[in-house]
Amino acid sequence: MNTFITILFVVFAVYILVAAIMTVTVKNIVHAALWLISSFFTVGALYLLMEAEFIGVAQVLIYVGAVSILILFAIMLTRDLEGTQNRQMTPRWWIALIVPAALFGLLITPTVLTYQWQLPPPAPAGQSTPIAGAAQIGTAFVREYLLPFQVASVLLTVALIGAVVIAFEERERRRYVPTLAEKVRQQQRVRRPDPAASAMQSSETAGSET
Amino acid sequence: MPSMTEAVPLSWVLLLAGALFCIGLFGALSRRNTVGILLGIELMLNAVNINLVAFWRYLEPNVVAGQTFALFVVTVAAAEAAVGLAMIIAIYRSRQTVNADEVDSLRG
Amino acid sequence: MTRVDIVILIVKCIVLALAATGVFAYFTLFERRLLARMQNRVGPNRAGPAGFLQPIADALKLFFKEDVTPLLADRRVYLISPAFAIVPALIIWATIPLGMWPDGRGGNWLQLAEVNVGILYLLAVTSIGVYGIAIAGWASNNKYSMLGGVRASAQVISYELALGLAVLGAVMQAQSFSTAEIVERQTLMWNVVPQFLGFVVFIIAATAEVVRAPFDLVEAEQELVGGYNTEYSSMKFALFFMSEYVKLVAMNAIAVTLFLGGWQFPGLQTLAAAATQQYGFVIGNAVLGLASLGAFLLKVMLLSFVSVWVRATLPRVRYDQLMDLGWKVLLPLSLANVVVTAVLNVFLPDSPVVTAIAGLVIGTGILLATAAIGRPGKEKRRVTLVQG
Repeated sequence: MNTFITILFVVFAVYILVAAIMTVTVKNIVHAALWLISSFFTVGALYLLMEAEFIGVAQVLIYVGAVSILILFAIMLTRDLEGTQNRQMTPRWWIALIVPAALFGLLITPTVLTYQWQLPPPAPAGQSTPIAGAAQIGTAFVREYLLPFQVASVLLTVALIGAVVIAFEERERRRYVPTLAEKVRQQQRVRRPDPAASAMQSSETAGSET
Repeated sequence: MPSMTEAVPLSWVLLLAGALFCIGLFGALSRRNTVGILLGIELMLNAVNINLVAFWRYLEPNVVAGQTFALFVVTVAAAEAAVGLAMIIAIYRSRQTVNADEVDSLRG
Repeated sequence: MTRVDIVILIVKCIVLALAATGVFAYFTLFERRLLARMQNRVGPNRAGPAGFLQPIADALKLFFKEDVTPLLADRRVYLISPAFAIVPALIIWATIPLGMWPDGRGGNWLQLAEVNVGILYLLAVTSIGVYGIAIAGWASNNKYSMLGGVRASAQVISYELALGLAVLGAVMQAQSFSTAEIVERQTLMWNVVPQFLGFVVFIIAATAEVVRAPFDLVEAEQELVGGYNTEYSSMKFALFFMSEYVKLVAMNAIAVTLFLGGWQFPGLQTLAAAATQQYGFVIGNAVLGLASLGAFLLKVMLLSFVSVWVRATLPRVRYDQLMDLGWKVLLPLSLANVVVTAVLNVFLPDSPVVTAIAGLVIGTGILLATAAIGRPGKEKRRVTLVQG
């Protein structure tokens, strides 16, 4: 059974890393987002393997279900006008490669491998270690973590309002995209000005806004 | 019921989280597309969360501190994504681009 | 866990998936016949007795249709999105207790997985169901499909909040995230009484979450050709179609589990006890299992009838009306429901009947007040037609 868990962990870990690498390297940004989603999902599975059920399901619920949908939504709203054939990397991307590689190779690996963790003694045979579950987390949020909990809720409210304020656009400032019929009419007006067309120009139709 | 603490050493999980963090950092530094940068940041936050949950599970499974911290990180990540994407949409609207290196002037 | 257990688990998974598919097939027939009746038509009645073989004929037809992939579609994403749509619709059934057939070892034959965060699992799986629609719309490289996909993602993330908070009321009532526990707690009284407001919000939000009429703007034929699945044909289209219906039935099953007592039914335990006394434990358990499954299916069918009824009755809402309803009506209502539930359970912890009646009265009052405030009076929004 232990080998089974080890194999499962290795499979998850390899998949998370491969999906993460694809996320940061593929050209098409929608593909990148899809790789990211699959990586999130596998991280959720890893949490389940670590018996953190609540965090695992919350990971899927929040990251996969909400944050990633938001990202996809933003990508679809901001269609890149230049297309995806262009460069996706900054010109000096190799510096960006050196810094994380050095961080991983020179700092994280030696530290992790040399430090001796004070692991608690394994549970005696036949018993399982007591694990804090969803009920304990809930209790903790209204007892010792009450203040952080409230601060987090204020943060979420602020983020909600802030996002609305930043992304909100007044009706007057909207970019007006004429329909084909209006374009034709505009060309006609250049030849022969008539009042009806200019009146239409200033008003807005609900269907032609994007 | 066998648990992961016996099957996988803690350092493997930490190395996974470290590698994920570095990949995310690379993505955040190297992408031109602002949405791509955001994807990198999300990877980094996930790496931190893996670390927190691993420390909780291996070192102190009977207290809730690690899981609580992970939940706060998730909260902050959600707020960050919402505001970041709103900013990207606002930038796109005024500039018609989402590339970070083309949004370089201070004038609005 | 022995090898036999694993085999049993796999068999259970396969049976459940096949059952969900079968339910889908006959739900389409049910809906078509019922819609036809409501619209004064006859409906499909040629294939087999009373149209009973119609789903099989439909399936065969879809199998042999030509499979077209658009030239400019993003091939890989285009191919994977039907799978993204159908998988959540099927795995959602895993934690729903379909009945109570004790297996003698503290388990239940009629529930695939009993996890202690079962409700969160249901919410998580529901929320990932939208990916199929969103990426199908994007990958088709068709502007109408994409509009359908964008509409779907905005709609689903808006209604998810109200849905989650409505579910929270039932969770607070049972003080547990486990689906089996929530059903167990409804022996005395179904949750629909103390959680009436939550039930109403849940039904509306669930209809919107599975993009079903009157909230089916994703596939508004008049505006978007066929919506997100315009470019799909043959089995790929069938998978989308199937995922929609399986999700709808699953949502009804969740509503039954949370608010209508799940598999509980008056007299069920007496029947099982009598059978146990007469014929022993094995038969008694089997009687309990089949009777509870029957009760569960009956309730799901009742709610499905309501879904079809709603579809036949209500016109499709406009997009701004959809968003107004989600954010300005359902979200505050569900928050009010959470507050009322919390207050009642703290102040009247020992008298479930009083709590339930108070919850029913307050919930109905809030609903009526909302309806009175939101009633369309004089026309507030003036539509100016463009001249020309």
